[in-house]
Amino acid sequence: MGQPALKDPARGEALLQVDGVTLQYRTPERQVIATYRVDFDIRPGERLILLGPSGCGKSTLLKAIAGFIKPVEGAIRLNGAPVIRPGPDRMMVFQEFDQLLPWKTVRHNVTYPLRCNGVPADEANRRAEQVIASVNLSAFIDSYPHTLSGGMKQRVAIARAMAMRPQILLMDEPFAALDALTRRKMQEELVALWERVGFTLIFVTHSIEEAVLVGSRVVLLSPHPGQVCAEINVEEFGGPNSSGEDFQHVCRRIHDLLFPPAAGEMQ
Amino acid sequence: MNAMEAGQQADAAPRAKRPDSIRKVVPASEIGAIEVPLPWTQRIWNSSLFRRAVILIVLAVIWEGYGRWLDNPLSFPTLSETLTSLWTDIANGQIPDRLQVTLRILLMGYGLGIVLAAVLTTLAVSTRIATDLLSTLTAMFNPMPAIALLPLALLWFGLGVPSLIFVIVHSVLWAVALNTHAGFLAVSTTLRMAGQTFGLRGLRLVTGILIPAAFPAILSGLKIGWAFAWRTLVAAELVFGVSAGQGGLGWYIFEKRNLLETSGVFAGLITVMIVGLFVEGVIFQTIERLTVRRWGMHGG
Repeated sequence: MGQPALKDPARGEALLQVDGVTLQYRTPERQVIATYRVDFDIRPGERLILLGPSGCGKSTLLKAIAGFIKPVEGAIRLNGAPVIRPGPDRMMVFQEFDQLLPWKTVRHNVTYPLRCNGVPADEANRRAEQVIASVNLSAFIDSYPHTLSGGMKQRVAIARAMAMRPQILLMDEPFAALDALTRRKMQEELVALWERVGFTLIFVTHSIEEAVLVGSRVVLLSPHPGQVCAEINVEEFGGPNSSGEDFQHVCRRIHDLLFPPAAGEMQ
Repeated sequence: MNAMEAGQQADAAPRAKRPDSIRKVVPASEIGAIEVPLPWTQRIWNSSLFRRAVILIVLAVIWEGYGRWLDNPLSFPTLSETLTSLWTDIANGQIPDRLQVTLRILLMGYGLGIVLAAVLTTLAVSTRIATDLLSTLTAMFNPMPAIALLPLALLWFGLGVPSLIFVIVHSVLWAVALNTHAGFLAVSTTLRMAGQTFGLRGLRLVTGILIPAAFPAILSGLKIGWAFAWRTLVAAELVFGVSAGQGGLGWYIFEKRNLLETSGVFAGLITVMIVGLFVEGVIFQTIERLTVRRWGMHGG
């Protein structure tokens, strides 16, 4: 498929830069720093994982990349242009199953954002059929979301995001609410899909195994407030190698980086 | 107790290791019929429509029997007398005419009420002070029976359609506005954010995401509004009588009482009931079936 990012002659250059980003959110009582001066960038075709314990601000960071939250310090740039608001060039897959529009069938859930952005009806329909087939849901193309299982709903959400051909696909713990067997299957499917289509992905998770399975590079965030404590390449550990000793080793290594043994029983 | 003793025994004795056991699974095709349809008697009794029809027939028999036993058509006509005058007045065009007058006023008031509710809700979702305005007004006016405003309406608008419309608007507006506003507030953050990632903002986000997502609440507001309006209007017509030379259904009932045609009074009441049932049981049910039920959004 025509992923402009892959054909980009400047491949190797950063597609998205997160530059010294500090994020805050407010509760009725206080103002909380979610992440502190976070730096990283993502190159075209990478599967970048934001990994960290609960409360490290990784989801907040993803929402900032999506354009929902403005950094109080630093900047997020997509192809050099600052991110100001949400938009279809950074389609997002959420954890919640209710991200699909319940009043539209699977097909129309996928075509709707395309139509909103001026893609002609037959082209939108063609693309929808293609991506729905690629997530193995062709049989359910005219079903309403409430008749689908959780895993199927997440696949529709992924298909919807992919049909838009975004510059970057954002995923916020998309498999966290699934049962363990389905989750594992979805992780494998996602990587297989990436191998076929080759999109650029930012994926948030708190599971080390998921990070190594799904990602090509992992950004480790320290607990509250989140700061980058390491970036690790895990390209060679996913896929078929995912049960070997190397896999266990890299998981161990990431675990020790996130929870330094010296810090005692932090886990 | 037995199980506990057995457990203790097992603990005491050296535990024999149980071997693995691989079983044979019979293919589904060999088990025979996995789904069998229920017998038709049970299926028919499972239909609530059928059960209600049975209740209706029983009630009709009781009515007819009691009416005949009482034998006093002035205070309690039989069902057959009532149906006869219902049929006569439908055939001679009296009831359809009256019904048309009532429904026309009703639709005008209902429509105006919905428009005003839409305006009020739009304001309420956009500014905080308008939210407070809406909730204050709703809290004040929602408990007030519309019919209680009728004397005031007569004072302001005189005898006639405007007064009727005024009380209908009052009975529709607050219910619809309250429900719609609550529906908008209940739209999940995820859905809003999903809409925003499609690039939708402002009015397009409202029409594309918020209104359909809040539709179950909006629909239930419309249903409550309809129920209030229908009851209010028939009651108001009873008090009011003729306006502009032509009375509605309420006036028909009142007129029949004056003429001591009790079977006509009953015929009018039955018409009121049938129209109410039709709108609630057919029109709104159909809308519900085609929308919120199909989308799996009911009861949420």
